[in-house]
Amino acid sequence: MAEAMTSNQTGFKVLRALVVAAITFVILWLGLRFLSNPVAFQNFPPTVSKLIQALIAVVLGVVGIWALFYAGNTILEALPSRATEILRPYLFVLPAVAVVGLYLIYPTVDTVATSFTEVPEDAGPFFNYQEAFTNPDVLTALRNNFIWLLVAPLVSVVIGLIFAGLVDRVRLESLAKSFVFMPLAISFVGAAVIWKFVYAWKPAGQPQIGLLNAFWMWAGGFLVDWGWIEQVEPIPWLQIPFWTTFPLIGIMIWLQVGFAMVVLSAAIKGVPTELTEAARIDGATERQIFFKITVPSIWGALLTVYTTIAIAVLKVFDIVFVTTGGNLDTSVVAVRMYQEMFRYRNFGQATTMAVILLVAVIPIMVVNIRNLRRQGVGA
Amino acid sequence: MKNRTWLALLLVLGLVLAACGDGGSADTTEGGEAPATTEPADGGTDTTEGGDTGTTGAPGEGTGYTELDQALAGEFEGTSVTVWAQWLPESVEAANFTATIQPFIDQTGIQVDFQPTPDYETALQVAVDGGNAPDIAQIAQPGKMHQYAEAGSLAPLDFFNVEKLEADMVPAFFELGHYNDTLYGIYYKTDVKSIVWYPVQAFADNGYEVPTTWDELIALSDQIIADGNGNPWCISIESQEADGWVATDWMEDILLRTAPYEVYNQWINHEIPFNDPEVLEAADYMSQIWFTPDYAYGGNTYINATWIGETQDPMFAEGGPQCWMQKQAAWIGGFWGENRDFIANNPDAPPSEWPNVPGEDVDFFYFPQIEEEFGTPVLGAADMFVAFADRPEVRALLEWFATPEAAQGWIERGGFLSPLTTVPAEWYTYPNDGLSVMVQNATNVGFDASDLMPASVGAGTFWSGMIDWVAANGENTEEVFQAIEDSWPS
Repeated sequence: MAEAMTSNQTGFKVLRALVVAAITFVILWLGLRFLSNPVAFQNFPPTVSKLIQALIAVVLGVVGIWALFYAGNTILEALPSRATEILRPYLFVLPAVAVVGLYLIYPTVDTVATSFTEVPEDAGPFFNYQEAFTNPDVLTALRNNFIWLLVAPLVSVVIGLIFAGLVDRVRLESLAKSFVFMPLAISFVGAAVIWKFVYAWKPAGQPQIGLLNAFWMWAGGFLVDWGWIEQVEPIPWLQIPFWTTFPLIGIMIWLQVGFAMVVLSAAIKGVPTELTEAARIDGATERQIFFKITVPSIWGALLTVYTTIAIAVLKVFDIVFVTTGGNLDTSVVAVRMYQEMFRYRNFGQATTMAVILLVAVIPIMVVNIRNLRRQGVGA
Repeated sequence: MKNRTWLALLLVLGLVLAACGDGGSADTTEGGEAPATTEPADGGTDTTEGGDTGTTGAPGEGTGYTELDQALAGEFEGTSVTVWAQWLPESVEAANFTATIQPFIDQTGIQVDFQPTPDYETALQVAVDGGNAPDIAQIAQPGKMHQYAEAGSLAPLDFFNVEKLEADMVPAFFELGHYNDTLYGIYYKTDVKSIVWYPVQAFADNGYEVPTTWDELIALSDQIIADGNGNPWCISIESQEADGWVATDWMEDILLRTAPYEVYNQWINHEIPFNDPEVLEAADYMSQIWFTPDYAYGGNTYINATWIGETQDPMFAEGGPQCWMQKQAAWIGGFWGENRDFIANNPDAPPSEWPNVPGEDVDFFYFPQIEEEFGTPVLGAADMFVAFADRPEVRALLEWFATPEAAQGWIERGGFLSPLTTVPAEWYTYPNDGLSVMVQNATNVGFDASDLMPASVGAGTFWSGMIDWVAANGENTEEVFQAIEDSWPS
């Protein structure tokens, strides 16, 4: 076909491509210049001018993207047809790559670089890392992250698995499931605020507004009556150095059990009934069926759930920040990062924390993605 | 409690804390005046008495300041002076200041070009470095003034009638305006946090007297316990993102009273270790109140677990106070008892309409002196004006700032304390009438140390250290202060 094309046609295509590209460029350039020039709206009240600006930006954005693609396409079509075919997919994937590059890859690279370059004048490039790993507060945060990582995903998966196994037999399955699932719809901050009230402490003698202490004082009353304990005192769940980490982990588990349950429940339903039926006929107990057949069958799902929760746990920030602010030895790396960044304005340390988190998350992510691939989800 | 009430209060508190926690600057001033929104209305009604905005000192007598007299005679009419301050555009402070300087403009014909400047400290530094410094700038930290003076950027105020200034101003502020024995700054506005609130009627009923020394304070505390009247102190430090700052204020207020002023400043600048013996001594004084059994309501758990807006709730308990004294700046009045809910629903109501009117049910006294030789200092904030130019009209405005007229407008609008002794006491309304007495008696002014330390200490390990200290009921004093010392950035 290309050979059949007359030079006249080619000339027309090239001309059209140039004209379209030029017009697109001029429109976008003028539009952006207009938007960045506040003088243009000076005579309007601020709200109106903001509205106009927003409108123009939306129109320019939508039309502009379309125009860019159109212009790019016309340019491509002016090329020899084989080149057109080869290059077209790249043209269409380019914006996505550019956006990911600009908003994800570039900041990551820059963060890593900053952690090595934002150092005092006479210090080496590893200064921030030396500081971090000798700072007792950072070590505490790392230790706590490790405790979180050990406890939260495992407990969430186990509880989720038990729920999923049990709920499979319940008549009101969907209702039971939605109750367990509901916390997942709550943001971390919301959950932390809710649980801050659950854990609330008031001095003995005042009404306990915290659910847990209200219950404890009520139950403890009986224990005192029976002579099991001398007196009952409200427990300051969020004020016990170090141990307070565990009530916080409890919040995370409360949030994640629903997710674990839903995924595992679906996986359990995927286990072929022939298998369990056969086992049952062979005389296996329900417990044996569950542990010897069901669990091995859903191993992939278990791994996926575990790693997904592990990643969320490593990045935990909101729960700690809202409840204890990282005080009383409950800090985690993400909270350190926030404090260094926004409270101390120490960019070197902040980026170092970010890099430590990134490095810690990567292996788990690799396991997660590989596992998904094996299941054919991400392939 | 209603959800919205909570939110509103948290917001208000957040603002206060943002002000307190922010890296330095006279933010503490604003922090001390959180109910500022209510005060203008209050001041507005008072405008009539302070009234006739004329010059004090009968005309013809002169102000005692050469250039100011010339300016008032109209000699500099048509000239202009630029003034920068950190009070944000459209803030209450900026509006008050603008209104306050209007009489000067009217009387002298000098145009005062006032620019409230966001991101103030950086903006000023850039302007000075670039040779575009304003004629007059407000500065909140003595250290900044020292830097500019050291760099030779400031105009020395050697034209000033120093005898008059010294006579007109509280000596501590007069001294603070100096650097290397040269006068550079005229202190204009100040604030005091060193106060303790107490229930007036309950004190009277029990025959308790306001303590004026540390020993009396301790004796009173013991008396309250002995009388079976609950716990003498309401203390708590939980305040979300800024947990612990209340404790740092206590440390600072006590250190000012137990050590020489130089030690306090050396401590801020880390010229002595954070855990210097002087500092540990102050910590011992503090633990006497915080950790002596039965002194603090609810013990150390209450201190760490209770939000600062609710610290004093037991003071307002039905059937009499369960705790009797609370050290906190003036803004706390908005959080008393039923005031919280009331203000959330009626944000514009003046304090006189609140359910618990500050000064009636509960009033304040000066956090007592501890060692006589260290006098009666105040912890707070203060703003001064410095000059980057030396022209007659600039001199005139600076001289005007040292006269009561420069304070009058703002005092009427509320939320202003002048370091001048010449401001008539009757200009002030509650609570500034009481606070101004403390300013007049101030032997020294302690600027909020935690604001001046590096943020990783002042808003970091100092706060978290105090929380750890409280959690251990004061039994780990040395470790805590050593840990803060170790955390000081090298």
